[in-house]
Formats: sequence, structure tokens, C-alpha cells
Amino acid sequence: MLQRLRPDRRHIMKILGGVVAGLMTLAIAWAPVLAQGKGGTLRIGMTAADIAYTAGIPDQGFEGYRFVGYQLYDALVRWDLSQGERLPDIAPALAESWELDKNDVHRWVFKLRRGVKFHDGSDFNADAVIWNWDKIRNKEAPQYDTKQAGEVAPRLTTIKSYKKIDDYAVEFTTTQPSSFVLFQLIYVLYSSPAQWDKVGKDWRAFAANPSGTGPFKMTRFVPRERAEYEPNKEYWDKIRVPKVDKVVLLPMPEPTTRLAALRTGQVDWIEVPPPDAIPLLKQSGFQIALRSYPHVWPHSLNLKQAPWDNKLVRQAANYAIDREGICKSLLNDTCIPATGVVYPGHPWFGKPAFTYTYDVKKAKELMKQAGFEGKRVKTSFLISTSGSGQMLPLPMNEFVQENLREIGIDVELLPIEWNTLTSWVRKGFAEEHEKTGAMNVSFNFLEPFSAFVRFFHSASVPPKSLNIMYYINPEADKLIEAAQAAFDPKERDALLGKLHAMVVEDAPWLFVVHDLNPRALSPKVKGFVQPQSWFVDLTLPWMEP
Amino acid sequence: MWSYILRRLFFGIPTLLGVTIIVFTLLYLAPGDPISAMVPSDAPLEVVQMIRQQMGLDKPLPVQYWRWLTRVAHGDLGNSLATRRPVLNEIRAALGNTFLLAVSAAFIGFTMGVVLGTTAAFFQGRWVDKVASAVAITGVSLPHYWVGIMLIIVFSVTLNWLPAMGMQETSGGSSLWTLLRHMLLPSIALALIPMGVITRMVRASVLEILQQDFVLTLRAKGLWSRTVTRHVMKNAAPPVLTLMGLQFGYLLGGSVLVETVFSWPGSGFLLNLAIFQRDIPMLQGVILVLATFFVILNLMVDILHSLIDPRIRRT
Repeated sequence: MLQRLRPDRRHIMKILGGVVAGLMTLAIAWAPVLAQGKGGTLRIGMTAADIAYTAGIPDQGFEGYRFVGYQLYDALVRWDLSQGERLPDIAPALAESWELDKNDVHRWVFKLRRGVKFHDGSDFNADAVIWNWDKIRNKEAPQYDTKQAGEVAPRLTTIKSYKKIDDYAVEFTTTQPSSFVLFQLIYVLYSSPAQWDKVGKDWRAFAANPSGTGPFKMTRFVPRERAEYEPNKEYWDKIRVPKVDKVVLLPMPEPTTRLAALRTGQVDWIEVPPPDAIPLLKQSGFQIALRSYPHVWPHSLNLKQAPWDNKLVRQAANYAIDREGICKSLLNDTCIPATGVVYPGHPWFGKPAFTYTYDVKKAKELMKQAGFEGKRVKTSFLISTSGSGQMLPLPMNEFVQENLREIGIDVELLPIEWNTLTSWVRKGFAEEHEKTGAMNVSFNFLEPFSAFVRFFHSASVPPKSLNIMYYINPEADKLIEAAQAAFDPKERDALLGKLHAMVVEDAPWLFVVHDLNPRALSPKVKGFVQPQSWFVDLTLPWMEP
Repeated sequence: MWSYILRRLFFGIPTLLGVTIIVFTLLYLAPGDPISAMVPSDAPLEVVQMIRQQMGLDKPLPVQYWRWLTRVAHGDLGNSLATRRPVLNEIRAALGNTFLLAVSAAFIGFTMGVVLGTTAAFFQGRWVDKVASAVAITGVSLPHYWVGIMLIIVFSVTLNWLPAMGMQETSGGSSLWTLLRHMLLPSIALALIPMGVITRMVRASVLEILQQDFVLTLRAKGLWSRTVTRHVMKNAAPPVLTLMGLQFGYLLGGSVLVETVFSWPGSGFLLNLAIFQRDIPMLQGVILVLATFFVILNLMVDILHSLIDPRIRRT
């Protein structure tokens, strides 16, 4: 008699377990292959007029990092740009882990990732790290590059020294206890020492044939015309092997040209489409990506001169600005009102006692308290005619001028060319601009140093950094120093929140708007994530055939 | 003739020196700082100072100019402050691209200009003259960057016949056909001004010749109108040729606006970028090369004059 086979439950679970484990192993093994399977050529119209410096640490600010630096190179840590719902976290990259020395809070030890190779096939190790730090810090080293040093130096103010511990461990010391170390190291990108030797120990030749450890390799470079990348198939992070087959970067400084190129299908992605074209692009089926990111468009006020030496006037001016109006009528909802340095919901926003809504009545009341009832006050704003991150400076400033006129502040606008304005920002309110009332330059607030230290610490006055307002507040200094020394992220964020609330109340800036980082993409671009960041992860998107 | 050419070339040197001195001085009088375009505005002072020293920007103006001139005398235009690439290589690539546009724009503009101008003169006062003059005035009056944008809207965005920007396929492919397709719209935009200017000059010049006695004599002798036209054109040519030489020089300088609108990587695009970056060696290099072209073009026009009009003797 045939006996019916009835496997017991344990046996079934064993088989199922085996199948699941097998599938998982297969999935892990095939992940890079699956990731590469989507393909296509992604063509990007950038706002820059040239391709950024390709030898390592790029020029052209964050657009340089966005499209060149973080694509060809890696840092010890990286921004995790795979989601857009919250601010990006810092994730391990060329360093697998790091530790603060418990006995010496000035000393950090970084364990390097093993098995990482530069695009030229040479190994990444502690020697490469030290060589790269010499490239930006050691003026006697043959590889010292003033261009890369100049670009990154303002971001590395507290890093005192660097040393190799063994082949896969390095240490950094800081000038003071600093919880901002990771935010600083994220800007140092590692170029291949072997490639530098190979191209004749020349950074110019290196820039033409770059070699980093990043997810893309550069295959073609035509100055002012294009850069082409192919995926680095041996990338150490198998999940981040690029999905596209090719990326083409095209400099297109003229907004109408970018728009036409997108609409005619010459490119698949453009940065900063003209705001008035956005409804039409949406109607035509293009994807419009908008999201808050650490950008602020303020006026840095001259606190040494009347009327801005009076806190009540500064607060009144902040209440007089119709930020919603600017975003709706001028910028087609590509910005949000700025009521502080950072936007509401940001971990450093805190609980400011003042929320600068559009309230002309309150503004007039504050002007009255300041002793300006029935009087007209004259001031001047130094503004640019265009510029990176400056949005639409002329109409926006005219809008602000009109708003301030309502409460008795007559602003004379002094428009100058962008390069000239940035050279004035370095000097601050001096020489012929000693009595100028404000300078209008947009800023990032990516990390605590960029957001607070360089603007609101008393040691950051010109020519050292960007406290051009001469905002001197010992309480703010204390909070900045405490935040820098707080190694618990929650404690640090709480201190920065308190500092932010204080800055909002003292109003050394006119807080105007935060840009929403608009970009337009063809419907064929799939998998793109718009993060709350100045940067993007180009390993994520692919092209639909 | 050869001694004339050599003398003219020799006299071109002070012109070029004058141009470079003016540009150098203007750049320093203009507000702004090349360092501001090179490093972030909060870069430490010592780094800024080091870059300034390394680039020689800390030296007095005459010293900087002399150093630059000495290098140029050795055939070295230096490196770009912004990109560090050799200026000569950059100019060579950009001028090559602009040359393509200049030749095609000159071909369109000069041909149209001569045809319209001659027709207008021969039919003076009639509707053909009025239409030709209207076309010429429109060509001169319309801002060519605006025409460029209009051409893009009509032929690229709406009709999708021609590409809107660049000089090759954005995905990387290139061929002669692709290049011609990319060249057409910027060439038309650039050709409008030379077309207008030349139409008006040809019309005036031909009218002047038509009123001369020898034309009446030729007609009285019963010569064919084609032969009369040939004699008229030959006599009207010298001033038109001078103008064409100058116009071609302007075209070689590239149009900053048209090249920017079409993202055409030529000398105008390069000049624009160099101005915003205060890239002094690049600006000096581009302007020196363009000024040299002007000197040579003027010389060529003069030589052509003497070939066309034997009355002009160059000794």
C-alpha cells in the first residue's frame, strides 16, 4: 500500500528557508547587474558656462560638487541623497567607520574602506588620504594645488592636523572640540596619486584625464562644451553603480536656451527653468522637481549704520516684506517665504519668538517705537544683476524696495555685476560702501558652519569670514561654541535651534525667501530623486527607451 | 607690393600694442577681482594672498603688463586664470568654431546684401527698391540675440526642424550634416546685420556709379545691360569690399549674444565667460588675436582694392 508522503512542518520551513536564502544570495550577487540594466543616455543642461574643475575638489561652488566633484570622486563620508522626504543623512563612504577619542576630544580616528580602487586601478589607502591632504594643506608638497586648496580651505577651519595610523586608518585633530568634523570632511575629495604621477605630476593634465574613486568615470571633456561620463562598473558601493549608460553635461548659461533645448529634446534635464515657463512645461508633460533645500536669499544689513543699527527697525523691515507675494507673483511658486536663516521644520529652526509674516501694521508700530513715526529713512542696498543662486535679483529687490517704502524706508538700489558684488562681500561694508545699508547675496546653510559660524560669530567679521553685518552678540558666540562642542546630534541641534531663535529676533538680515531648487526633466527620466540638498545622486536615474 | 605688405604689417604692431595696453588698463579700472571668481568669498586671506602671488597679480600694473608682453613675444599667451588651461589652445578651439559661423554668416549676409543692394539701385524708387531697403533696415535694426531666440522658437521648438543649441548632437555623435544643421540658425541670426549694412552700402555705391557719365556712354553705345552691370559693379566694389572686410572681422570676433543664446562654444562665448571671470590672460589673448585678424583683414582688403582698381597703386 502506498503511503502518502506528508512532509512535516519543520521540513517545509527548512526548504523555504533554503529557497529564501538562495534568492537573497542571488539578489545580492546580481544587484549591480540589475542596477545597470536600465541604461540610456542622460543629457543635462547646467546653468554654468563651463565644466567645473575636474582634478578633484571642483570650482563653481556647489554646482561643481553636484555634477563633477561628487560624481567622479568620493570623500570619507557622503550625503545620502536617496530620499527627499527629510534632510540627507551623512553616510560612510571611503571611511567605513569613525570614532572620537574618548580621552582626547580633539582627535578623530577614521577606518578606511578596504578594496577601493581609483579609476586608474591603483589602491585607495591611508597614503592616498595623506597625499590628498598634502595637496590642499602642505605648501611644500609637489602636489600642492592652490586652486583646490583655495576652494576647500574655508570649509576646513577647525581641522588642525592629519596623520596615517596604518594602511587603513588615519587620524585628524581639531583646533577645538568640534562636532562639525564630518560636515567638513565631506568636502575633501580624493584624487589618485598614481594617476597624478602618470600624467606628469601636473594638475592641468590630471584635470584632462581625471581619476577618482567615484561612481562615474570621465570619458570625454571639451572645454565650455561638454563632459561625458560612463559608469564605474567596479564601484565599491554595488548598490550605487549608476543605472544610466552615459551622462552628458552641457554648459548652458542662458535660461531660454536651456528651456528650448529641453523642449526640443536636445537635453533630458535642465537646471533652473525660467519660472514663467513652468506651467507650460507641466502642461507639456515635463516633470518639474521642486523641494526645499538649504538656500536662503537675504539682505545682510550694515549694523554699524543707521537705521539698521536699531533692532526695532530691522524687525519692522522684516514684518514689511510680502514674501508670499514675491513667491507667487514673481517666481511662480518656486520659492517659499524665509522667516529665518533656515526654514520651518528644519532641525535648527528652533522656536523663534518672532514669526515674520507680512504685517504692515505691526511694522509701522515697530517703526513708531524706534522713533521713526512720520519720518522717512534713507538707505541703500548693493545688489547684483544676476549670479549663482541669486534667483531674479532685480525684480525681487524692486518688490522689497516697494514693501519697505510703505513703512517709511526709502531704499536706493545699487545694482552691480555679480563678480564685483562677491568681491565686495569679501571686504564687507568698507571704503565707498561704508555707509551702504545692505548687501544682497544668497547663501547655503548646508551644515552648521555655513549656516551660523561664518555669519553670526564675532570672530567671523571681515576679512576673516562673512559676518559683514558686524553682528556681535556674546550669547550667540557662546551658543555657537557650545553647539560645536556638543557631540550628541540632538543636543547640538537643540543649541543651534536656540541660536537660530536668537538670530531671528535680532534680525541682522532681512530674511526674504528660500529657493525650491527648480529643475525640469523629460518624462523619459525615471528614478530621479530630488533631495533636500544642493547635490543630486546621478546613480539613481535611468532613461526610459 | 611685398615691401608695402611688410610695411603695413610692421605698422600693425603699434596698433596691437595700443589695443593691449587699453584692454589691460580698462580691466584694472573695472571693479571686481579675478580672485573672487576663483575662490569662495570666505576663503582665508592667506590662501587668497598666495593665489594672488602665484598668479603675479600682486605686482604693479606696468610690471604685470611687461611680463605678459615678454611671454607673448615668445609665443606664449599664458594660462587662463579660471581654468589654468593654456590660453592659446582655448583660443584656437574657440576661434575655429567661430570661423565656421563667420564664414557661413558672411556667405549668407554678403550674398543677400549684394543682391538686394544692386537690385534696389537698378530699380531706384520702385517697389523692389522699397522692399529691399525695408529688409536692409530691418536686418540692421533687429537685435540679433532677439532674432536668435525667435528662430529657436519657430524652427526648433514649434516646427522641430533644427536643433536649438550647440554644434553637435548632445548625445555625442557628430557629422558634417549634423554640423550644418546646428550652424544654420546662428548663421542666419548673425548674417542679418552684415546683410543690412552691405545692402545699404551697395545700393548707395551702385547709385553713385550709375549717375556717372561713363555709364551713360556705355548705354548710349547700346551695350547689353549685363555688360553695363558688370562695369558698374566693378566700379562700385572698392568701398563695399572695405566694408565686407570689417564686417568679416566683426563676425570673427564672434557675437557674444548669439553664441550665448545658441550655446555655441566660439570666441564670443569665450570672451563673455572671461569678462565675468575677470580672466585677464584669456581676455588679453582673445583681443590680441582678434586685433591681429583685423589688421590682416584690412591689409587684404587694401590689396584687393589695387587688384580690382588698377588706378590704386601700392608701392
